[in-house]
Amino acid sequence: MLYKNKMLVALTAATSMMAAQAFAGELVINTDTSDPAPKAAFEAVIKGFEAENPDVNVTWNLFDHEGYKTSIRNFLTADAPDVANWYAGNRMLPYVNAGLFEPVDDVWQEHGLNDSLGSAAASMTIDGKKYGVPYTYYQWGVYYRKDLFADNGIAVPSNWEEFKAAGAKLNSAGITPITIGTKYLWTAAGVFDYLNLRTNGYDFHMALTKGEVSWTDQRVKDTMNNWKELVDAGFFLENHAAYSWQEALAPMVQGDAAMYVMGNFAVAPLREAGLSDDQLGFFQFPEINPNVAMAEEAPTDTIHIPSNAKNKADAKRFLAYVARADVQTEVNATLGQLPINSGSSVSDDKFLQAGYKMLSSTEGGIAQFFDRDAPAEMAKAGMEGFQEFMVKPERLDKILQRLEKVRARVYQ
Amino acid sequence: MRDFWRSNQQRIAPWLFLLPGVLMFLIYVIIPIFQSINISFYAWDGLGEKDYVGVANYVELMDDEAFYTSLKNNIIWLVLYMLAIPAGLFVALFLNQNVRGIRIYKSLFFFPFVISQVVVGLVFAWFYDPSNGLLNIVLGWFGVDAIAVLADEELVTYGIIAAGLWPQTAYCMILYLTGLNAVDGEQIEAARLDNAKGVKLLWYVILPQLRPATFIAVVVTVIGALRSFDLISIMTDGGPWGSSRVLAFYMYEQAFSEYGFRMGYGAAIAVVLFAIMMLYIAAFLYKMYRDERGR
Repeated sequence: MLYKNKMLVALTAATSMMAAQAFAGELVINTDTSDPAPKAAFEAVIKGFEAENPDVNVTWNLFDHEGYKTSIRNFLTADAPDVANWYAGNRMLPYVNAGLFEPVDDVWQEHGLNDSLGSAAASMTIDGKKYGVPYTYYQWGVYYRKDLFADNGIAVPSNWEEFKAAGAKLNSAGITPITIGTKYLWTAAGVFDYLNLRTNGYDFHMALTKGEVSWTDQRVKDTMNNWKELVDAGFFLENHAAYSWQEALAPMVQGDAAMYVMGNFAVAPLREAGLSDDQLGFFQFPEINPNVAMAEEAPTDTIHIPSNAKNKADAKRFLAYVARADVQTEVNATLGQLPINSGSSVSDDKFLQAGYKMLSSTEGGIAQFFDRDAPAEMAKAGMEGFQEFMVKPERLDKILQRLEKVRARVYQ
Repeated sequence: MRDFWRSNQQRIAPWLFLLPGVLMFLIYVIIPIFQSINISFYAWDGLGEKDYVGVANYVELMDDEAFYTSLKNNIIWLVLYMLAIPAGLFVALFLNQNVRGIRIYKSLFFFPFVISQVVVGLVFAWFYDPSNGLLNIVLGWFGVDAIAVLADEELVTYGIIAAGLWPQTAYCMILYLTGLNAVDGEQIEAARLDNAKGVKLLWYVILPQLRPATFIAVVVTVIGALRSFDLISIMTDGGPWGSSRVLAFYMYEQAFSEYGFRMGYGAAIAVVLFAIMMLYIAAFLYKMYRDERGR
């Protein structure tokens, strides 16, 4: 905590120093893009924006990715920047409800974003108003070791039976089928989302995360029983509760595990660790219930204008700039993610191309992620339950009852 | 005015000197306590409107499994953390000798207290790591299967306490080392003449003289156990599935963490934690009062 506070103090000091020598429009931007690729991407965006708008002077406050999640509440109320990045869906709901984010429908209207960013419009809309501009998204799916699959004569599974058979083969070869690190919980939610989307479909999944369906519903149990099949068959990395998602990359790199249910951001560290594109592959999470349309998970990252911003005019110019097709092309090439703007082009990275192909042909619908679709409290309780279930599947009924209790309270 | 000052100087001066401290104490300690108690009667996300909900937060707390897990862990912490006191005493007795370079050994033993709790947490997290950690490599030599201490709901709290005992023992050791400096040599000599040695000498002659040190050691250890926050946050983040939480951590999670937006509920937990501490503080104050009078 102390470290964060120190950083905040340093940041405010830096901000006020910049303000002293400011001459024209002063635009303060807060972002949590502390990882190398996102940092470089934002650096480029801000440079480009300043070059096109010489009258605007941008001050950029870079926050630590995890620390940002708590500091955003402080700075939105106390010392608001003009632009801040955040996430779409339910994740921005508390700030919208508290009146801390500014609706930006005029930006959407003026720059024709309803067409160009149309695919993400729904996840930016709350009570008929749009509260920000999306600039990137990325696919989730199964990343796997092609070479291990080939060595054991396994083809890419496209349905549940093939998937389980693939796991059994890997297990008998002494390879853990799926690596996962659930110490920080959310990774387990990725698995749950896919199992539920495949078992019960997009509409049910959304109803569940919106609190319209009971957690003790038979359909939820079906999902969990499918999950139990995998747990009982030893699909997941042993002691996964002790690892973070980064630590769980190691078994995959070392060849002790073959698959990872993850977002596309896992590709960069896997490549850095030495896996070549011949070794690393991607496939869509296999079908479980053939009567259910395939839905995917693709979280969207967004930028917003706080209601307490001082320079909203320039902030809107910045939002419009980030929404532009050419800017999104460039940003996402650096990020290694997919642009939202339909006029942008996707980088020719094979994983991005695969993700783009998968997402643009998705019929079922696109979910954000468990902790963005469900409200914070439900998400926390749910993810904790998933982690417990993966270690103690026999406690299923108790866990679901607990979640039902939380649901009754959260959505009242 | 001058006359008033002159005639009352003796009475006013101490209050003037106390004033800055009292003000700070009021603003940063006393008033926030009452604010917390007040917030605990509201449902509040820290941003929007506060809703008065009466004792609903406390009612919910009574029916919250996670609360009881945290409470149980707090008690385990309080009991096991006390091991730091005899361990510290033992190390202090061991180091209380005059050999070449003893100061270096003393500083080495004191070292874990100087490094940050975060570093201690990281070191022990790696030590426990099920695949590459030292603990499991050593266990492997004896043919014991790897134990994922931090992923086991039964072991996790004990694992974290063990990590916490490392710096806490060093702290108690330093307290006892200074205490041992003040032990009266003549009394020991007299006891030796009476043929007292070993454990008896320690128990009846040395320990009573170390009472002030023991007292401080108990106080800092209890406080250390109750604010055991950083180690839990670093080593497990409260997991697996919340089984290593203590009340302080649970409060933080509910009120301030990534998924917490429940200031009222967090405040209610804080009030319960405060009540528990109050028991201890009251006993502590009573003992101080009694000792003062006894003299």
